[in-house]
Amino acid sequence: MATSESIVTRPPQPGIVVWLKKNLFSNWLNTLLTVFSVTVIFLTARGLINWIFFQADWAPVVQNLRLYAVGPYPAEQIWRVWVIVYMVSAMMGVSAGKWGGTVLVFARAMGVAYLLLALLPIALEYLGINTRLMLGGNLLAILAGYLAGSRLERRNRLKARWVLLAWLASFGLTILLLGGFRNVAVLPRVESGQWGGLMLTFLLATVGIVASFPIGVLLALGRQSKLPIVKAMCITFIEVVRGVPLVTILFMTSILLPLFLPDTLRIDRVLRAMLGMTLFAAAYMAENVRGGLQSISRGQYEAAHAMGLNNFQTTLLIILPQALRVVIPAIVGQFIALFMDTTLAIIIGLLELLAVGSAILNSNPQWLLLDMEVYAFIALIFWVFTYSMAYASRRVEQAVGLGVR
Amino acid sequence: MDSHLPRFLYRKGVPVWRDVVVLKWVAQIASAVLVIAFIYFLISNLLEAAEARGLGLGYGFLKTAAGFPMAESVIPYDPSRSFGYALWAGFLNTIKVSIVGIFLATILGLIAALARLSTNWLVRNIAGVYVNIIRNIPLLVQLFIWYFGIFQQLPGVNQALSLPGPVYLSQRGLYMVGMLPTDTFSEWLPFLVGGLVLSWLAYRLLLAYQVRSGRATYPALVGLILLIGLPSVGWLIASAPPLEKSVPVLGNFNFTGGLRLTPEFAALLAGLVVYTGAFIAEVIRGGILSVSKGQIEAAKAMGLSSIQTLRLVTLPLALRVIIPPLISQYLNLTKNSSLAVAIGFVDMFFVGRTIINQAGQALPVFILIMAIYLSLSLFTSLILNFYNRRVQLVER
Repeated sequence: MATSESIVTRPPQPGIVVWLKKNLFSNWLNTLLTVFSVTVIFLTARGLINWIFFQADWAPVVQNLRLYAVGPYPAEQIWRVWVIVYMVSAMMGVSAGKWGGTVLVFARAMGVAYLLLALLPIALEYLGINTRLMLGGNLLAILAGYLAGSRLERRNRLKARWVLLAWLASFGLTILLLGGFRNVAVLPRVESGQWGGLMLTFLLATVGIVASFPIGVLLALGRQSKLPIVKAMCITFIEVVRGVPLVTILFMTSILLPLFLPDTLRIDRVLRAMLGMTLFAAAYMAENVRGGLQSISRGQYEAAHAMGLNNFQTTLLIILPQALRVVIPAIVGQFIALFMDTTLAIIIGLLELLAVGSAILNSNPQWLLLDMEVYAFIALIFWVFTYSMAYASRRVEQAVGLGVR
Repeated sequence: MDSHLPRFLYRKGVPVWRDVVVLKWVAQIASAVLVIAFIYFLISNLLEAAEARGLGLGYGFLKTAAGFPMAESVIPYDPSRSFGYALWAGFLNTIKVSIVGIFLATILGLIAALARLSTNWLVRNIAGVYVNIIRNIPLLVQLFIWYFGIFQQLPGVNQALSLPGPVYLSQRGLYMVGMLPTDTFSEWLPFLVGGLVLSWLAYRLLLAYQVRSGRATYPALVGLILLIGLPSVGWLIASAPPLEKSVPVLGNFNFTGGLRLTPEFAALLAGLVVYTGAFIAEVIRGGILSVSKGQIEAAKAMGLSSIQTLRLVTLPLALRVIIPPLISQYLNLTKNSSLAVAIGFVDMFFVGRTIINQAGQALPVFILIMAIYLSLSLFTSLILNFYNRRVQLVER
C-alpha cells in the first residue's frame, strides 16, 4: 500500500516563481509586455495618488454632500428621505431573510456601505454626528428586517408575493412621502422642482423600470400576436423609440408634450422626464420580454391548450411566468443602463446628480477650475452603484442557473 | 343554441360573440380606434395651441436665414445661410464625428479585446480594468470629464502642451500635422478610388479562381500591389503633389496651418471612442471565444499554417458572431453623438435646438431630426438583416 499512498499525494502546488514564469515571462514578447505594463501601472498609480492626495482640492465635494444626496430638497423636510432610506433598508433585510443567497450578499454589502459612509474620514462640520448616527442606524434596520424575515420564513409564514407587494407599496409610499400634500401640516408639499441629486437619479431610474414593465410586457405580447393591426402598431412604437437617441425622446416629452395636451392638463417637469424615461424603457423592455417569450417552447402552448386553457389564461398562467423568469438578468441590465441614462435629464434642466455637480461648480468662483474633482467624484458614485449591481446580477444568474440553458 | 335570436348573429352555426375570427377583428378594430382617438386628441390640442399662439407647423422656415454662427462646419457656413442649410451642416458634423469615432473605437476595441485574451496576466487585467471602469460610468459623465475636466483646463496657446508628432494641446483645441489636399487632388482621386476598387476585385476573382482550380494565384499579394501601385503611379503622373504636409506653427496669437480639432470635437470624439471601445472590446472578445477549439485543431490537422488558420477558419467564424453586435455598437455611437449638445459641439441635435430657440418651430424641427435618426437606424438594421441572411446561407 505504500506505493499507492505515494501515488495519491497531491502534486506540488506551482510556486510563485513557476506562476510568474508562466503568466508573465513565458517568452520574450511576454516579458516585454510585462515590463511595459508594470511601467504603465507604476506611472498611473503614482499620478493618481499624487493627484488624489496632494493636488486635488476636494472642497466642492466634501462641503456639499447633502446637495449630492438630495439636491435642493428642503433641509427641515429631510427626515422624509431618511424614512424612505430606512424603509428600503428594512425591506432589504426582510428580503435577505426570506431568500438568503445572493440577496443576503447584497444586503451585507449595503450594510458595509452604510458603515463606511458613517465612518467617512471627513470633518464633522461637513458630515455631522447626527447624519453618521442615522447612517449607522440603517445597519440595525437591515439586521431587524433580516431577523424578522428569517424567523417568519422558518415558520413558513412569509409568502414571496407579500414581500414583492410590500416592495411595490414602499415604492408608491416613497413618491407620496417625497411629494407631500397641499393641506397637511405634517407633510407639506415639496414641489418636484426641489427634488434632486442621487435621490432623483434613483427615482427616475426606478420609476422608468417599474412603469415600463407592464407597458413593455403588453408591447411584447402585441408584437408576438397574430392580429396584424395590433402587431403593426406595437412594432412601429418599439422601432421608432429604439431608433432615436434618448435625448430626443426626453426633449419631446419635456418641450413638445405641453403643446399636445389641453391647457387644463399641466404636467410638471420631473413627471414629464419620468414619462420620457418610461416610454424609452418600455420599448427596450418589450424587446427583452420578447426574447423571453421566444425562449418558450411550442409544447408549452400546445399543452396549455390541451388542458383546456384559453389564449388569455395560457399567456397569463403558463407563458408569462416562465418567460419573465428568463429575462430577469436582462431587466437588471436594463435597469443599470437606465440608471446611467438618467444623467441625460441634465439636458432638459432637471437637478439630478450630474446637474447638482455642475451647479455646485458654478455656485462658488473659487471652485471654478475644480471640474475634474467634482465629475470624478460623480463618476465614482455611478461606478460603485452600477458595478455592484452588475456584480450582484451576475451572481444571481449563476445561482439560478439562468443564461446557462 | 338559442334559436330565438335572429339568424345574422350566427356564422356557420356559431354565435358571433363566440366566433374567434369575429372576436379577433373586433379586438383589432377596437384597439386601432383607441389609438387613433388618442392621436386625434393630441393633434387637435396641438392645432388649437398652434392657432392660439401662432406657432407655425410648416417647413417654410427652412428657407429663411439662420442668423446664428456655427463654431465648426464641414461645409462653408455663415449666418446668412438658411435654417435648412444649417441643419444639413449639423448633420454632416454628426456624420463626421461618427465616422472618425467608429474608426478609432474599432481600433481601440480590437486592441483591448486582444489584450483581454492575452496570456500575459498583467496585460489581461489592465484591459479588464479598462472595460469594467468605462462601461459602468455614464457616457455623459465621461464627456463632462473630458470636456470640462481636461480640455477646458488645458493651458493657453502660448504654453501649449507639445506631444511628439508634433501635436499641440491647448485651450483652443488640438493641433496636429495634417495632409491637406492641393489643386491637383482631383486629378489624383481617380487613381486612389481605382486602386481600391481594382484591388478588391482582383482579390475576389483570384481567390475564387484559386478555390476552383486549386492553383496558387496569390490574391492577397496582387491586391496589395494594385492597392499601393495605382495611387503611386497617379502621384508620379500628377504635375504637383496632390497632398501637402501642413505643420502647425505658433504665431502671435494662435497656431497657423496643420489640422485643428476644436476642444468640443476632440472631447466628444475622445469620450465616444473610449466609451464605445470598451463595448466593442467585449463584442470582439465574445466572438473570438465563440470559435470552438475543435475548429482550430481541425484546421491545424488539415495542415494549414497558423496565419491560414486565422484567416480562413478563426476569423470567418468569429466575424459571423462579431459583426451584428458590432454594427449595433456603431449605431449606438452615432446616436450617442447627440450628447454633444451638453458640451457644445454643433451636431444635428444642437442645431435643431438652436433653431427651436430662434424660430420656435419646435414640432417640424423635431419630426425632421427624429426622422433622420430613425432612417439611420433603419438603414443599419437593413444592412444587418442582409448580412445575417448571407451568413446563414453560408452556414448551411
